[in-house]
Amino acid sequence: MFETTTIVTASYFDSVVLMRVASQLKKRDGITEVAMFMGTEGNHELLDQVGLATAESKHAGPQDLIIIVRADTQALAEQTSTEAAAMLSAKRETDQSELSYRPRMLDRALGFLPDASLAAISIPGAYAARETQNCLAHDLNVFLFSDNVALDDEARLKKIALDKGLLLMGPDCGTAYLNGVGLGFTNVVRRGRIGCVAAAGTGLQAVVCRADHRGEGISHGIGVGGRDLSGEVGGLMTSYALSLLDQDPATEVIILISKPPHPEVARSLEQTCRQLATPVITCFQGTTLDSDAFIQSATLDEAADRAVCLLGNTPFVPRNFTDIARIKQLLDHQQSTAAGRRIIGLFTGGTLAKEAYLLLRPLLGTVSADLDQAGSHCLVDLGDDRYTVGKPHPMIAPENRTEVLLELATAGRLDDCGALLFDLVLGHGSHADPASELAAGLAELRSRHGLTIPAIVSLIGTEGDPQSLVEQQRVLNEAGATVFLINSEAARYAALLVVPDCRQALMEVRP
Amino acid sequence: MTDKQSPLTREVRVINIGLERFADDLRSLGVQVVQMDWRPPAGGDKKLIEILDRLKDRS
Repeated sequence: MFETTTIVTASYFDSVVLMRVASQLKKRDGITEVAMFMGTEGNHELLDQVGLATAESKHAGPQDLIIIVRADTQALAEQTSTEAAAMLSAKRETDQSELSYRPRMLDRALGFLPDASLAAISIPGAYAARETQNCLAHDLNVFLFSDNVALDDEARLKKIALDKGLLLMGPDCGTAYLNGVGLGFTNVVRRGRIGCVAAAGTGLQAVVCRADHRGEGISHGIGVGGRDLSGEVGGLMTSYALSLLDQDPATEVIILISKPPHPEVARSLEQTCRQLATPVITCFQGTTLDSDAFIQSATLDEAADRAVCLLGNTPFVPRNFTDIARIKQLLDHQQSTAAGRRIIGLFTGGTLAKEAYLLLRPLLGTVSADLDQAGSHCLVDLGDDRYTVGKPHPMIAPENRTEVLLELATAGRLDDCGALLFDLVLGHGSHADPASELAAGLAELRSRHGLTIPAIVSLIGTEGDPQSLVEQQRVLNEAGATVFLINSEAARYAALLVVPDCRQALMEVRP
Repeated sequence: MTDKQSPLTREVRVINIGLERFADDLRSLGVQVVQMDWRPPAGGDKKLIEILDRLKDRS
């Protein structure tokens, strides 16, 4: 194995661009590793941790680009490194020619767009708080996609935003809808009467898609970040978002999706909700609060369905499956083919993984969220920081999930697997054709490893999405996967396959 | 809280700081966007950033 390290001085590129180029080059024959990072303090630590740091890389500063290539020959390593630098340089030239002027300073940017209403910030977390504060000072609402923002910064910035009557959506906010405009990773959904408040990521996407399938639409979807209901932040942005939606004439019902709130924050949230004229439906993943201030739902689809029923003035009927006849038919066909008794779930959406975990744990007993734990059922969020070190998020680069799947097969870890559970999230921001990538992975599982494990897919999307829901569903069906448009149903179906004993409990209409 | 237009009623016009694909998606929806050429301030030198911020606060 041969290795080269190249430092390109004073050459800033964002991490997504770097990871995209690196993963493209890594696919080539003879290349073992391509790592491309800016020389920030955090990235130096990262390179050390993953054993990629070299004597040369340590000299790179925060504005310098590090390119490390490992290959079968020295010539190939050097050639790939040169090519990586050339690809980035070409990208910069294209960017500069496409748009003649890109301001470096916010004041200048506002000169071009004086009535700008919002800043979308997706820069490294170490700098995000500073830029956010600057944008709030300029009366801009903020969609803060960046993560790794300190908790005390988050609380401080949210207080500033609130004082100015501005929204600070995030940090780590992946999805939002304001005034009919989707920000970040969004599905194409109709506008309507449901206002949403969420962390927000795939949970919000699942809810808006379900509402869309039921013929309802979204007024606004406000992201508040996953820590807003913590004791430290105190639900500042959630309360503000709820009051804004309550005053919004288009919003007739509100859905609030969140991790379980801090007990004190839950109490103040309860008081806030009691003062609202608009009904609030909640989905506090993993907990039910002893309160009648809101209508509580166990799952994302239940929250959406309850909202639709409320709007249509029809009773909500709890159910585990929308089409029980289809489930019976599928089971007749598939149960006999499931040899193993373990469920392995490889998710790209954190909230979807969590929902599957919460549903399956009572049915299956031990369920691990850790890929390294052998023997038990395993539901993993591959979008978690621990699996995305130096790699793009699997919603952008689903080939990373395929890689994990095939590694598990090679290690013999799928031999006792009775059901593979996947999510597949469509929409703007996501990969252009994730179904084909997953289909290719399943085909390789069969051809190279002789494994025909039932594959169950929770497909989150709409027909209006750039990838087309129907087309993605067709590709998955042809690949032999069983597709559900509701995440909870996909998880329950996986349980039915591997634990026949739970059939009675899951297939009866819930009381 | 100052008396100004609700964030939900302002027409969405965006300053995009970071990932360009977000700006591209917004443009495809007909939203006005200005893409900034963001780079770490002061060459990413944390101490220098702190000094700059202190100077800005005093000005």
